Amino acid sequence: MTKIANAQFWVHDQDEALAFYTRKLGWEVRADVTMGEWNFRWLVVGPPGQEDTGLVLMPIPGAPMLDAESSDQLGQLVAKGAGGTLFLETDDCQAAYDELSARGVAFNDPPTPQPYGIDTSFRDPSGNNIRLTQVLEFSLDRH
Amino acid sequence: MQPLARHLLRAKDLADARYFEPLTVPDLARAAGVSAAHFSREFRRAFGESPHQYLLTRRLERAAALLRNTDRPVTDICFDVGLTSVGSFTTSFRRIYGTSPSSYRAGFPPARRHIRVPACVAQAYGRPQNRTFREA
Repeated sequence: MTKIANAQFWVHDQDEALAFYTRKLGWEVRADVTMGEWNFRWLVVGPPGQEDTGLVLMPIPGAPMLDAESSDQLGQLVAKGAGGTLFLETDDCQAAYDELSARGVAFNDPPTPQPYGIDTSFRDPSGNNIRLTQVLEFSLDRH
Repeated sequence: MQPLARHLLRAKDLADARYFEPLTVPDLARAAGVSAAHFSREFRRAFGESPHQYLLTRRLERAAALLRNTDRPVTDICFDVGLTSVGSFTTSFRRIYGTSPSSYRAGFPPARRHIRVPACVAQAYGRPQNRTFREA
């Protein structure tokens, strides 16, 4: 194998997720293909400058993939924040925080010094966690 | 249309982010946009513990981290994490960690203090639990 091509988040509403990742985060649409007979939309977004890696915004599936109860449970788990975390990097955590805040991203915490760098976090509309880190040389003095 | 749990998650995020402020359960209810009358029950249904319990264990987790990672006095750490009574801090800490704040600190020599994992992971997994916890 050679690389990670796409990672995936479950989302409650693909239109809402698409608006968040493109308009608020400033990401690009990599693929947006609707397969009508399956009632399925393959939707992939990614950050400018990293063309070969994407994030698939996958709708919470119903039948035939999941029965109604399982589908509801998955939707609830994502809403509770148990859907997982995407770890992003930036060259300047404060600048990214300022720029994204101005576009309406509600951060959970301000840029915070940690031994491994400076980081902050926010969630997408479905509740998926996104960590944004400016990696610095490991230092126990920075906490 | 977002599930109720997504709104309740905002309360949890607020506790994680601003535990050092004088936050109360009504503040958390407002963050979730849920009426105070239903909030604690719905939070417990979604996350398996009351919002009061979540906020207190977050504060104790942060206090434990400060005891391990800094040389700040125990009294300062109590206020640093949003608690206002040193007596109840010590009592809660002992109930959950099984030892006093200062003897907890003594068990962590400097070389063992830092783990190279993201802070969110350390916070999520490091928050203590106590099944015998009683509501205040």
